[in-house]
Parts: sequence; structure tokens; C-alpha cells
Amino acid sequence: MPNPTHPPVPDPGQAAIVCENLEKTYRNGVKALSGVSFSVKPGEIFGLLGPNGAGKSTTVRILATLTRPDGGKASVAGCDVMRDPAGVRLRVGYVAQASGVDKWATGKENLVLQAHLMRVPAADIGARVGKLLEWVNLSDAAGRIVKTYSGGMKRRLDLAMGLIHQPAVLFLDEPTTGLDPETRAALWRDLKRLRQERNLAVLLTTHYLEEADHLCDRLAIVDHGKVVVEGTPADLKAGISGDTVALEVAGTGEDAARMAAFLRPLEGVLEALAEGNRVLARVRLGATAMPALITAVERAGINVISSTLSRPTLDDVYLRHTGRRFQGVGAAGDERKAGS
Amino acid sequence: MNTFLKDTGHLLIRHLRTTLRLPIWIAVTLIQPVIWLTIYGQLFRSVVEIPGFGAASYIQFLTPGVVIMTALFGSAWSGMGLIEDLTDGVMDRMLATPVSRAALISARVFHAALTVAVQSVIILLFGMALGARITGGLPGFLAILLLGSLLGAGMSALSNGLALVTRREETLIAVINFFGLPLTFLSTAFMAAELMPGWIRALARANPVNWAVIASRDAMLGQAWGGVAKAALMLAGFMLVSVWIGTQAFRAYRKSS
Repeated sequence: MPNPTHPPVPDPGQAAIVCENLEKTYRNGVKALSGVSFSVKPGEIFGLLGPNGAGKSTTVRILATLTRPDGGKASVAGCDVMRDPAGVRLRVGYVAQASGVDKWATGKENLVLQAHLMRVPAADIGARVGKLLEWVNLSDAAGRIVKTYSGGMKRRLDLAMGLIHQPAVLFLDEPTTGLDPETRAALWRDLKRLRQERNLAVLLTTHYLEEADHLCDRLAIVDHGKVVVEGTPADLKAGISGDTVALEVAGTGEDAARMAAFLRPLEGVLEALAEGNRVLARVRLGATAMPALITAVERAGINVISSTLSRPTLDDVYLRHTGRRFQGVGAAGDERKAGS
Repeated sequence: MNTFLKDTGHLLIRHLRTTLRLPIWIAVTLIQPVIWLTIYGQLFRSVVEIPGFGAASYIQFLTPGVVIMTALFGSAWSGMGLIEDLTDGVMDRMLATPVSRAALISARVFHAALTVAVQSVIILLFGMALGARITGGLPGFLAILLLGSLLGAGMSALSNGLALVTRREETLIAVINFFGLPLTFLSTAFMAAELMPGWIRALARANPVNWAVIASRDAMLGQAWGGVAKAALMLAGFMLVSVWIGTQAFRAYRKSS
């Protein structure tokens, strides 16, 4: 029998998470998932982005073996979630939406208990707990009862608890919901450091566009229990329409029209439209195209008095694939409440 | 089995620690039985004079009754801690670990039994201070602790099972209030069986609380040891059935989530 305390390191070529056509209908008839598929590589931060009720939490709960799918297949760190849930549990860290820390225990006691439950060899527990407390900057508060912790401290302890057994895969369900912007930024830093230091695969769910954009190597937009699109944030945005460069000319609308005609055949310009005394040019890569365009226009004898560059946002991506703006959706209530 | 015992141990330590960190809980736990013994002991003092009551002093009669009543109520609230864990996400966090599933229930049951034993010691000592005599000696004393703990363990398993099914504090509170007092008064905790109406006496025979009260009283007096042993066995059976029900509730919870 393999030693359960030392799960084999997954083969680097092997995906950390694979799910194929996951389906789940709750007993109250709510269809949470209707065929979710995606895969995550080791060392990758993968985001599930979607409004509340889209099926993000349900997906994570299935992968963490907390609930069973009605259809489809999934494996995590090489173990099938249905046939080998015990194998999955030894290899994953799960940080839930509701902080799962014991508020009547100290930070250290929480970590020690979690280490025992996660089958960390007793001889290693002391050292690992000490290191992790330091890592999440809770060494000074280690002996305090968690009830006295701030929201950010609790979240950091949650994260440490998810890492105590050195998992191959970490699940973070809405890790920054309810945190102030400063704490959120700190957590993002921690997660990036973690990926760098440990080659950990991270699956996180979020309903913050900014978080998905900033933190994820790749992401999937989930809507109505389905993955509607998947890719790197940059690819997804590039797939939209390129960047928009707006150039304001010194002269009249005529000059703007002349400039638009001049810009259209240039390399990298997808489209150019005159609008008043401005020209809006859609370009492949705005950051490099903008100075080149300005130089070309100036050479042609047209004076540019201002320029702005705007990039497509994930909101544009979301709009394109779901037909709705992201902001303002998901007011229908909490996904877990709808499901339980 | 080994992991089951280890996990039960780790979780039991967690529950005991939580208990010790709630000073108000300790205070209530210790003071309440003392108040019961004092007030009921004074209030019902003269019922021993009713012909046929058949006890030397009411405090002698009442002490084992209060021990068992405290065991019943103390452990019936055991499910509240589990509901708190469900609400706080602690339960989900634990279910995502390889922890033995049975240990999650058994640690709470052991915790309830241990708490009952500690409370019982205090009540018995206070009862003795008020004039109750444990003529059964140390074996009698220990037998009462065992009987109370068995009842407490069974009640806590039922309470935790109910907590998993309802997942609401309000429901658990309502059910405990609905059943707690009838279970106490349909027993000989406060009143001698000889003076009970026939139908209550009949119901009391099927009441685990009553088994524990009668056997505790006998153990206190050091009499009818055969009956005490039989009651302990019946209470052990009650506990096993309750733990089985609690485990089934746990399965149902996991399937429904």
C-alpha cells in the first residue's frame, strides 16, 4: 500500500484538474451545472469567473469531493473524484467561501488539528505549522483565539490551513469576497508568490472581473452552469476587437476624415473611423501601435493634440459571450443557498 | 480503526478546549444543578411524608434524579455545536480532509459523555453535602457516572443527528424543549413510581431517562445490582441505536449537499 502521507508528485505533463461534462441538479430541482469542462495544468492559476448562481461553487465542491456530480467525469491530481475521493482529499487544499476556521481555537491550534486530519506525519507538524504561520504573517497572533482575528487574518489562516499538507492543487472559493481592497491586494500577492514557490495548481472562483484579470493565468467564464469561453485574460480580450486608439486632431472634421483614410491601410490597423475631430482606430496591439500611428500622422502633416488608448476589458469579453454586461448581474442570490 | 481512534482523539481535544474556553457555559453547567438540588430539595421536601413514597429523605431521592436530568439536558444541546460548525464552514472544511467520517460524530458523543461525568461528580458531591448518603459506596458512585454518561452519549448522538437533518438552531431548540421536560416528568426523577398514575408508570417503563434514574437510585443505595447492570445494558443499547441513527443522518446530510 502506498504511504498516504506522501502523495506522489503528479507527473509534470499530467493535468492537475480535468473535468469533462460535469452535471449537477440539486434535490430542489435547481440545475447548477449542465456540462462543465475545463482542465488546469500544474503551476497554473485558473479562474472560474461568473455571477452568483453560475455554478462556480458547485464545480469546486464536486472537485473537492464535497458533493457528487450527476453526470460527467473529473479527476484531480490524478485521482478520480468519484472512484478515489480519499486520494483526492489527501492531495488538495480546499478554502471555502465561508471561512472554515474554528473560531474558539487559536491560529496555531487550528493548523495543528488540520495537519493531523490531513495525515501530516506527527514529527513534521511543529516545523510546518511554524513556517506557515510565518509565511502568512500570523506568527505573532498564533496564540490568540481566532474569534479576535480580523477578516483578513482569518482568510490568511484559511489559506495556511489549505496548504499545511503541501497539496498539489488548491481550491479557493471566492477567496477575497468581503475583504477590503488592501487585504485583497495582499492576498493576490501571496497567491502569486505561492505559485512561483511551489508550482501549485490553483483553481479559484471569483465574481470580480478585476481579480480574474489580475490574478489568473487562464480563466473560464461560467454562465448558467456552462463554460461559455476559456483562455488567458489577454487572449480573451484580444479575441474581442483589438485595442482602440483615439487621436484628436488640431483641425476640422475634414482633417479627421483625411487622417482616417490615411491610417486604414497601415499595418496593424484593423479599422479607422472619423468621429468629429477624432479618429478611433482599432489596432491589434495598442501599446506599440500608438506611437507608430502618431509618428506616421505627424509626418503626413496632421497635428495630433491628444491621444488615448483603451483596451477591451473582461467585461467586453463577458458581454460578447453571454450577451449581458457583467456588472449588475447575479443579484438573484447566493449560489450555495439556491443549491442547498 | 486506528485512524478512527486517532481522529476521534484529536476532535475530542478540540471540543473539550472549546468547552473550557466558554466560562459562562462552565458556570451555568455547575451552578444550575446546584440550584435545582437546592430549590427542588426545599420545595418538595414534604412529599416524602406522603404515605407510600418510600424514601428516607427527599434529597436522597432527588440527587440521582437531578444527575440524570442534567445528563439529559446537557447532552441534548450537543447538536448546537454541530450546527455552528455547519454555519461556519468548519464541517465542509473537515469533510474535504480524509478525516474518519465516524469520528466526526463519535468525538461529539464522547465529549457529551465526559461532560456528563464531570457534572455528575459535582452534583453527587453537592447532594452529599446536603445530606444524601451514597450507601453504595465507590461502586455506587461510579455506576451513577456510567449510567448518566451512557444516557448522555445516546442523547447527544440523537441531538447531532437531528442537527444534521434540520441544520437550524431554532428547530433543535424547539424539539429539545418539546421532549426534554416530558422525558423528565415521565420518569421517577421527582416522584416515586408508586404514586404515579398507571398510564404514566407504563410510559415511564419505556423511557431511557427512567431506566437511568431508577438504576442510579439503586446504585446510590447499593441495592439491586442485577437491575443496575440490566439498566446499564439497556442504556448501552439505546446509545448504540442512537449512534446508528446519528450516523445515518450524517450520510443523508452528505448526500443532500
